[in-house]
Amino acid sequence: MLRLKEEKELTKNCAVVTSKLPSKVYIPLIQHFGKPCDKILVRVGDVVKRGQMLAASDSGLFSPIHSSISGKVISISSYIHPNLGKANAIIIESDGRDESISFNSRSKEKIDSLKKEEIIKIIFDAGIVGLGGAGFPTHIKLNPSKPVETFILNGAECEPYLNVDYRIMVESIAEIVRGLEIIEKILSVKQIIVAIEDNKKEAIDKFQAMLLPSHWKIKVLRTRYPQGGEKQLIKSVLDREVPSGGLPFDVGVVVHNVGTVLAIYQAVYEGKPLYERIVTVTGKCLENPGNFLVRIGTTVRDLLADCGPLKKEPAKVVFGGPMMGIAQYSLDAPVIKTTSGIIFFTSEELTKRENRVCCRCARCIDVCPARIMPAIIAMAAEKERWDIAREYDVFDCIECGLCSYICPAKRDLVHLIKYAKARLKPK
Amino acid sequence: MPKPDLNQNNLVVNSAPHIEINDHIVRRMWVTLLILIPTGVAGVYIFGIRAAYVIIVSIITSIITEFVCQRLQGRETTILDGSAVLTGMLLAYNLPPTVPLWIAAVGSFFAVAIGKQIFGGLGFNIFNPALVGRAFLMASWPKYMTNWANPRWQVDAVSSATPLGVLKEKLSQPLPTYWDMFIGNRGGCIGEVCVAALLIGALILIALRYISWQIPLTFILTTGLLSWIFGKGLFKGDFLFSIMAGGVVLGAFFMATDYVTAPLTKKGKVVFGIGCGFLTFVIRKWGGYPEGVSYAILMMNAATPLIDRFSRTRKYGWKKCTKGR
Repeated sequence: MLRLKEEKELTKNCAVVTSKLPSKVYIPLIQHFGKPCDKILVRVGDVVKRGQMLAASDSGLFSPIHSSISGKVISISSYIHPNLGKANAIIIESDGRDESISFNSRSKEKIDSLKKEEIIKIIFDAGIVGLGGAGFPTHIKLNPSKPVETFILNGAECEPYLNVDYRIMVESIAEIVRGLEIIEKILSVKQIIVAIEDNKKEAIDKFQAMLLPSHWKIKVLRTRYPQGGEKQLIKSVLDREVPSGGLPFDVGVVVHNVGTVLAIYQAVYEGKPLYERIVTVTGKCLENPGNFLVRIGTTVRDLLADCGPLKKEPAKVVFGGPMMGIAQYSLDAPVIKTTSGIIFFTSEELTKRENRVCCRCARCIDVCPARIMPAIIAMAAEKERWDIAREYDVFDCIECGLCSYICPAKRDLVHLIKYAKARLKPK
Repeated sequence: MPKPDLNQNNLVVNSAPHIEINDHIVRRMWVTLLILIPTGVAGVYIFGIRAAYVIIVSIITSIITEFVCQRLQGRETTILDGSAVLTGMLLAYNLPPTVPLWIAAVGSFFAVAIGKQIFGGLGFNIFNPALVGRAFLMASWPKYMTNWANPRWQVDAVSSATPLGVLKEKLSQPLPTYWDMFIGNRGGCIGEVCVAALLIGALILIALRYISWQIPLTFILTTGLLSWIFGKGLFKGDFLFSIMAGGVVLGAFFMATDYVTAPLTKKGKVVFGIGCGFLTFVIRKWGGYPEGVSYAILMMNAATPLIDRFSRTRKYGWKKCTKGR
């Protein structure tokens, strides 16, 4: 792990602003880890309201999707997807009224009387997935197949540039604590640990100012990337290692991101499904970078109305953080549930991957959080020696990108490793 | 200011990460060269201007050889990446100041052509190129390679022996003091005599994380400890003398740490360093030469693939449900 140049100052002190209502939204049928929603509940021409469920599925790993505006469904067709290139999406034209369905808000007493399964059902119906970036359906993670004793709130936000979780902790601490109470009830854990990196002083202060139960702890971590990765966070907080190929509950832990916990609170207390999220829109070529509450399906082009005008033409637009995010081919890409940030890079900031010959300096091996040997796997991938790639445990790679970041020969190490994984995956 | 044209989707799409560290292999080469310059200056100051000629001839031959080899192979020429210059410089630092200039040229040619280019260039060579050059010269022209000089201010300026030679051949010459060896007031190769200059450079290299501490530390400690324990009667050897009298400091920090020919993992580096130190001691004590650093490193270079094989990293989550380390 390594301390990176943060670049968080660009938007660190920008309070969350609600972005302008888009005239059209493009809501992909897949915004989560799993299979796409294949049961579409609306038809072209239907009038929908904000919060109305648009699509779900009968079985399998998925999370339902909801309309983020009120208006008319004008098309259900293939559209740009920020992670997949293209995917089917429901396209809705706004009627400008932004009417919502009636949300079923609940009091604390009401929630206390609910059974665990009922709360998980509410969270499932609200379409909540891990908002840190992986998008794993939350209702699955809240129903582990093994008993867990620790819940970790992931407030590490280790990717440079991003301030989503930081702003949530600073601005919505009370809601987060309520959300944690819900999770505590569902998982019946013995302890709750709030893990925050030491570059988020204000967030740490906010938590320390709250009167927290004695079995809740605040763990301040030294800022390092990729500490916000679930497995790395468990290692840092509890000094436990999730077995290779295993999941956090194998070591008695469940981890959720700050944004996810806020969404859980909103779903359970306010009855509000996940149709909007906070996104850090940043970059040196923006006049007004900031943290925006964005409706799912809003395009980058529409968002520029809030954070623009552009001081300079962007050369690259990345969804997610700079280390793991995905470069977009179009400004018409829509924000989805897992979009934590949108970063505009100028042509001067572009990476210059030279792919020189590996000089075996072993910096990648020194920093690799999975402690595998990226240099060797990448060389094996170049020579198409998949046997060597497998022997050196290519599947333990978490794709954090540190190896490529640090390589003085500017080799695309993580790219080659991903390629090896794709080639080795059983068909 | 022209208004950015957003209707054109001419965005760059490449794979993550989208930021990179401000570090470059070429810069590392040139910085290492800069760091080695004081050592060369000290060598020239101690042995006179001839040492400078040896260094210059060696570097120029090295560059020309690299250029010609790459041209002949139809490869891109990389003489600006600093690697050839570094090889030439390190070879010169491993030569006695009295060698004929053609010896430096032949050694440098051999180092780059046979030590590096024949394997496919930088990154593919098995042995440290400069040491390959030196070993070739030692085997071919031992007379020139063992013709030492004293610092130019001493009365008998030529054909003396290195401190290790004095010890090995049981000569009647007095041995230099620790301080003399530290500042370089003694016979030896151009780049090995001034321990002070080498150490300053080495500390900068470690601080910049250009080299790791594992190889130099274990190398030096192993040689020192073994010499102390078994040097002359149990626990009567001279720890500091064994480290400073020969090429251990130059070898441990600047030759054994060569990325291409040393193991990858920390574990492997420790094994490599101990091996170098052990072999250095063995050659000095029982071998035919008074000094064994360069052969020790070359032998361990040969062992590097094996060490790499058996010193893999312990992967995250490999031991089941580990609590603690």
